[in-house]
Amino acid sequence: MRLLLASVRVTAVTIGVCVVGYAGTILGVAQALVPVAANGSLVSSPGGGVIGSRLIAQAFEDPGYFWPRPSAVDYNGAGAGGSNKSPTSADLTERAEGAIARFGATPESPLPPELAAASGGGLDPHISEHAALYQAGRVASARRLSPSRVGALVRESAFSPGGALTRDRVVNVLELNLALDGVSASGARGTVVPAAESRGAP
Amino acid sequence: MDTILLVGLVVGGTALLSWPLGHYMKWVMDPGPGAGPRRRALDRAFERVAGRLGREPQAWKRYTIAMLAFNAVMFLVAFAFMALQQVLPLDPDGKGAVEPSLIFNTIASFTSNTNLQHYSGEVAMSYLSQLFSLMWLQFVSAATGVAVLAGLARGLTGRSEMGNFFVDVQRAAFLLLLPAALAVATLMALGGTPMTLAGAAAATTLEGTEQVIARGPVAAFVAIKQLGTNGGGFFGPNSTHPFENPTFWTNGLSMICIILIPMASVWMFGRIVGRMRHAATVFGVMLFLLLAKIAGAVYFEAAPTQAFAGLPAVEQVAGNVEGKEMRFGTPYGSGPLWGALTTSTSNGSVGAMHDSLNPVAGLMPMIGMWLNATFGGVGVGMVNMFVYIIIAVFIAGMMVGRTPEYLNRRVEAREMKLAALAVIAHGFFVLAGTALFAVTPWGVDTLNNWGPHGFSEILYEFSSASANNGSGFEGLGDNTVPWNVATGLVMLLNRYVPIILPLAIAGSLARKRATAQSAGTLSVQDATFGVMLVGTILIIGALTFFPAAALGPIAEHFLYVS
Repeated sequence: MRLLLASVRVTAVTIGVCVVGYAGTILGVAQALVPVAANGSLVSSPGGGVIGSRLIAQAFEDPGYFWPRPSAVDYNGAGAGGSNKSPTSADLTERAEGAIARFGATPESPLPPELAAASGGGLDPHISEHAALYQAGRVASARRLSPSRVGALVRESAFSPGGALTRDRVVNVLELNLALDGVSASGARGTVVPAAESRGAP
Repeated sequence: MDTILLVGLVVGGTALLSWPLGHYMKWVMDPGPGAGPRRRALDRAFERVAGRLGREPQAWKRYTIAMLAFNAVMFLVAFAFMALQQVLPLDPDGKGAVEPSLIFNTIASFTSNTNLQHYSGEVAMSYLSQLFSLMWLQFVSAATGVAVLAGLARGLTGRSEMGNFFVDVQRAAFLLLLPAALAVATLMALGGTPMTLAGAAAATTLEGTEQVIARGPVAAFVAIKQLGTNGGGFFGPNSTHPFENPTFWTNGLSMICIILIPMASVWMFGRIVGRMRHAATVFGVMLFLLLAKIAGAVYFEAAPTQAFAGLPAVEQVAGNVEGKEMRFGTPYGSGPLWGALTTSTSNGSVGAMHDSLNPVAGLMPMIGMWLNATFGGVGVGMVNMFVYIIIAVFIAGMMVGRTPEYLNRRVEAREMKLAALAVIAHGFFVLAGTALFAVTPWGVDTLNNWGPHGFSEILYEFSSASANNGSGFEGLGDNTVPWNVATGLVMLLNRYVPIILPLAIAGSLARKRATAQSAGTLSVQDATFGVMLVGTILIIGALTFFPAAALGPIAEHFLYVS
């Protein structure tokens, strides 16, 4: 029928223009103007391997590193997601108790809530400046640095994500940890982590 | 305070932008005899594409059939691409075949502008499916909505032919959506959104574990996802994923895009029917309801996470942080604002996990979907509002003992029957579907939360399908054959029935003789009518859905939060 023929013709032209033409144009523009961001804001080690992405959280468990927010998908960059638990759910209370234990929080030194709550995508690369300073003591003693040095590093890395429109500053956990490694590159940390070799230790 | 500023900038700023955009949309969709030679040349090109049918003037029945034929072809072609994704190119990460009921659900979803996703994009879909199946449908389903509104508006001016659907859909796709998407996609890419055809990146983290990082042609996808009130994300967690929404600024841009064309559609409607003051009244009604929902969502989300309330070792700070992202600001700001915007339109993308919103904050998105007319989807939002207007005009006329009329045409029993049917259909699909799945293992076995919140998950899913929204309480295990089939059918039925019925109403009104405007004519462009319209919308919405709301979010609030 002529209706189907007309539909097929419009289909072909819209696919040609709105898919091939449009996506191709944006691909060219993005790769030309912002090639690093267009390919995922990847961060490389001095040895050349990919460490991760600046935008994607990764797991940290070493006391000498700052720890990111909990992830409902265990930082799986190929299958992201949130917990989707109701905020009244007992599962959240359980997870929060685990976080309290891990961070060593007490009522006198309470845990910032985002360190107990999972992010929407499970890959949130930021924590608040306050949450980073909360961890500064642990990081400093694990690395045998002065707490004020670590605190200064945190404050240097912190930024306001929305400029004048946001009040609370945040830090990017991966970038902060890389800066930390730059400061204590001599490896003067309490525990030796095997990963040092794979990173091409100095 | 910064939340109020954010709301003001996003909603107010977009409202301001919508005014010139509405003017442009009129030029695109209904240039009229005053169009310049280049504009007419574009229309001639569109006519040529459609072939012999490109030049035929279509009355409402023919227009509707053309629209359905094109949408059927949309469905079949997109289905074919996705069904063959495992043998077609552009699949660097080797995604396998997609299960048949999921293909049906996904294609039904994107064809109906819903973008309900019972899958996670980076897990299940190849780049070819994302681009040629899904992104293509995002363009043409949105264009269908704009075309239908233009046709409706032309019909209401009394013209016996509504235009030519094939030309209209191309006008919307090439002259409106495409340039806007090019601009927005570029801005998103500059903001850090990836745009590549390379496969996933393999990383070895600082602590030595392996991390596979999925990426892809995200910037192009996200632009039309937001502009066309589609809402389907490239990645599973949608705009909470750092690649889909890297910064506070891309977050703001995305929110603006959610409501931009829906707002401008109201002005386009007003310009085509030549009643700008009426359009302003309707805009005011929609804006009032939108702001009320935003206020409710923000207010209730400011309560801290209830699950942490009994833990003195966790700071009790304002705002529920679960399911939120740090880079967007306070947890009771962007998350609930986005949630209200995305469900007032039929967008359905999310900037925070809705399943983790506080109970009454999660009720606001549901209300948005139940009303489905506070700006609504591109084009079809105003079409839905048109149905409420007809009903409001009829009730008002009956209340004061005058013959109801809209835009100089009498509203009589036939129009009222069609309008009532349109409103009842939405309520029926939501409530019957929820009831069925709430008492059978089809729904009960798939819940992520128990108690009233579990009921809310089912209620939300059917509301989302029927309203062609696409967001979800994503803890629901909805990639099952019963969910795929049920929501697929509901999405298709409540997409086309609420398009066909209003077009029929307009066709019926157009056939009547115009009555002269007199002192006795009920005005549709003053505050009284505005209040009447708000009342009609709320009464119909509240009556239909309040019992279900009481069983879900309201029960949860009283049991656990207060």
